[in-house]
Amino acid sequence: MIHLVKRPQPSRVWTAVTPLLAVVLTMIVGGIMFAALGKPPLEAIRTIFWDPLFHPQFAAYSRPQLLVKAGPLILIAIGLSIGFRAGIWNIGAEGQYIMGAITGAAVGLAFYPLDSFIVFPLMVIAGALGGWAWGMIPALLKVKFGTNEILVSLMLVYVAEAWLASVSSGLLKNPEGRGFPGSRNFQQYDAGANTEVIAGTGMHWGVVAAFVAVIFAYVLLTRHIRGFHIRLTGEAPRAARFAGVNPGRVVIFCLGLSGALAGMAGLFEVSGPAGQITIDFNSGYGFTAIIVAFLGRLHPVGILLAGLLMALTYIGGELAQLMLGLPGASIQLFQGMLLFFLLATDVFTNYRLQFGQGETA
Amino acid sequence: MNRRTLLASAALALGLAGTAMAQDDTTKVGFIYVGPVGDGGWTYEHEQGRLAVEEHFGDKVETVFQESVPEGADSERAMTQMALSGADIIFTTSFGYMDPTINVAKKFPDVKFEHATGYKRADNVSTYSARFYEGRAIQGLIAGHMTETNKIGYIASFPIPEVIRGINSAYLHAKEVNPDVEFSIVWAYTWFDPAKEADAANALIEQGADVILQHTDSTAPQAAAEKAGNVITFGQASDMGDYAPMPRVSSIIDNWAPYYIDRVQAVMDGTWESKDTWDGIGPGMVGIGEITDAVPEEVKAEALAMKDAIAAGEYHPFTGPINKQDGTPWLAEGEVADDGTLAGMDFYVEGLTGEIPN
Repeated sequence: MIHLVKRPQPSRVWTAVTPLLAVVLTMIVGGIMFAALGKPPLEAIRTIFWDPLFHPQFAAYSRPQLLVKAGPLILIAIGLSIGFRAGIWNIGAEGQYIMGAITGAAVGLAFYPLDSFIVFPLMVIAGALGGWAWGMIPALLKVKFGTNEILVSLMLVYVAEAWLASVSSGLLKNPEGRGFPGSRNFQQYDAGANTEVIAGTGMHWGVVAAFVAVIFAYVLLTRHIRGFHIRLTGEAPRAARFAGVNPGRVVIFCLGLSGALAGMAGLFEVSGPAGQITIDFNSGYGFTAIIVAFLGRLHPVGILLAGLLMALTYIGGELAQLMLGLPGASIQLFQGMLLFFLLATDVFTNYRLQFGQGETA
Repeated sequence: MNRRTLLASAALALGLAGTAMAQDDTTKVGFIYVGPVGDGGWTYEHEQGRLAVEEHFGDKVETVFQESVPEGADSERAMTQMALSGADIIFTTSFGYMDPTINVAKKFPDVKFEHATGYKRADNVSTYSARFYEGRAIQGLIAGHMTETNKIGYIASFPIPEVIRGINSAYLHAKEVNPDVEFSIVWAYTWFDPAKEADAANALIEQGADVILQHTDSTAPQAAAEKAGNVITFGQASDMGDYAPMPRVSSIIDNWAPYYIDRVQAVMDGTWESKDTWDGIGPGMVGIGEITDAVPEEVKAEALAMKDAIAAGEYHPFTGPINKQDGTPWLAEGEVADDGTLAGMDFYVEGLTGEIPN
C-alpha cells in the first residue's frame, strides 16, 4: 500500500522543484499527444520552447513579443497573488482589466485630438481607477454583507463584457468608423499611445509597470507590516485578528490593489498592442494570470518567470501551429496540462509518500 | 530571386536579423482564421477555400493557416510571423483584423494582404466580402411563406452593417409575401458560441417563433429547432445539411474558393492589384443551399425565380419604395440602394421593432 502522509511543514525542496517538474511532465505528455496527432514530438517541443528565443528567422521578432505578451500577465498576476496570499480570491481580474481599458480609453478619447504629454498619464490613472472601482464592488459586498468574492468578482466579468460590447458600438465608437463598432485607434493618436520605451524591444510602458510591480510586491511582502498582515491573514486568520489586523481592511486593500493593477494592464493593452476598444478586446489575460500566479508560487519573482514561461508557450504555440500545422486546441491543451501537473505535483509539498503499511494509529 | 531579396529587405527594415527563406518555385499562401476550422460555419468555409487552392494549384502552392486567432494584438503577431515565414499572400478572414492587417502590410510591402469584410485598403491590401443580403432576401421570402405564427426569430451577432443589412433584407422580403410577419431579434454578441446560440433559439421558440434565422455560425440553433419540432431554420455560412430536410430548409453558403484561386493566380502571374471585391449570387460567392421538400413546390419555385433574378442582375433586394424605421423615406419607387449606404448601413427599415443596440 502507498500512503500519503502529511508533512509537519511544507517541503521547501518540493516547493521549488514542482514548477520545473510540471514543465518536464507537460513536455513528456504533450510530446506523446503531438506524436498521437502524427506530428514529430521533439520538433514540436523545440518549436514551442526554443524557436521563439533562438530561431534565426523568427527570434528577432518573437523575443520582444515575449515581453508584450508577458507584461499584462505579470502585472495582473502580481495583484492577484497578494490577495491569494491573504486567502482573498479575486477571480474577476478579466472584468477589472476590461473596465480599466474602458475608463482609461474613455479619458484618452475625451482629450482627442489634444496633443499634450499629460494625456497618457491621465489615461493610466483613469485605467487604474476603473479597475480599482470594479474590484471594490466584490470587496465592499464582502465586507458589508459577507458575500462570496469568488462568485461576485467572476460574475462581474460578464457584466464588464456587456459594458465593453455596449461602449464599442455606442459611446466610444469611432465617429469615422463607418458605422462599424470599435473606438479610434490609439496607434494613430500619439499623445494617447502606449509606445515602446526603447524601440524594437517590445518594452512598452505596461512592461515597465509590470517590472515595477514585481519589485513593489517583493518589498511589500517581505519588508512591510501590511505585507506581514496579508500573509498572516492567509496563514492564520485567527492569529491575525489577535494581532490587531482588521480583516475588512485587508479585503479592501487586496481587491482594490489587484483591481487597479488589472485595470492598468487593460489600459496599457488598449492604448498599445491592441490599439482600440473593440467588442472582443479582452483575450483572457485576466484568467490566464490566475495560472501565472499559481505557477509562480504566489511569489513576485516566481510570477515574473512564470509570466515569461506562459508567454513562451503562447508564442511558441503559435509558431508550432504555423510551422507544423498543429491544431490550435492542442496548444491550449498543452497549456492546460501545465497547470494540471503543477497542481498534481503540488501534493508533494504538503504530503510525502509512504510505502508499505502505515504506522499504527 | 527577386522576392527573396525583397523579403530580406523588408525584414531588415524591421530591424530583424535572419534571412527570409521564401522558396522561389512555390507560392506560399497564408490564412488567419478567427474560429476553429471545425466550426461548421464561417471559418469552415474559408478552410474549404484554402483546400480548394491546394487542390487547384497542387505543388505550385504551399498553404499555411492559423486558427482561433483573437482579434487585436495577437492577430498582428500571427500575421507578422506568417509574413516572416515567407508567405506571398495572406488572407485575414475576420472584420476585427482590419487595423492589424494594415499595420503588418506596412512592414511587408512585398507581401499581398487580403482582408475579408473590412473597408481599409492599401497598395498591398485588398478587401473582399460577399453580398450575403442577396441570400437573406431568399430566406426572408421562404420564411414569410412558411411561418404560421407569423413570428420569425432572428439570432443576430454584432450590430455591424453586414448583420443589419441581413436583417433588413430578410424582413423586407418576408413582409412582402406576408404582411403580418413580425421579427424578434436577439443580439448574441458572438459569432460562435453554441451554448449562447442554443439559449437564444430556445427563447425565441418559446416566444412563439416558428422560423429561426441566424447570423451566428454554429449549428446549435438547428439542433434546438429540431428538438422543438415544427420550427424551420436556414444554414448559415455553411450548408449545415445534416439538419435537412427539417428543420434546415435551405441555407446561405459562403463560397470563397473561386475568389481565392483567382487571387493566388494573380500573385503567380504578377498581376495582383489592390481592389475591393463585393460579389454575390451572380459570380457564385454566395450560394443558396438546396431547398428541401419541407417547402411547398410553389414557394420553392418563387424562391428559385428570385435567386435567378438576383444572379442575372435583374432584381436588387433593396429596391424602393423603402422607408427607414422612423418613417423617413430612404429609397423612392424603383430606386436601388447604392453600395456606399449598404456598406455602412446602421438603420432598420420601416416595420422592424426594437432598436439597434449601442
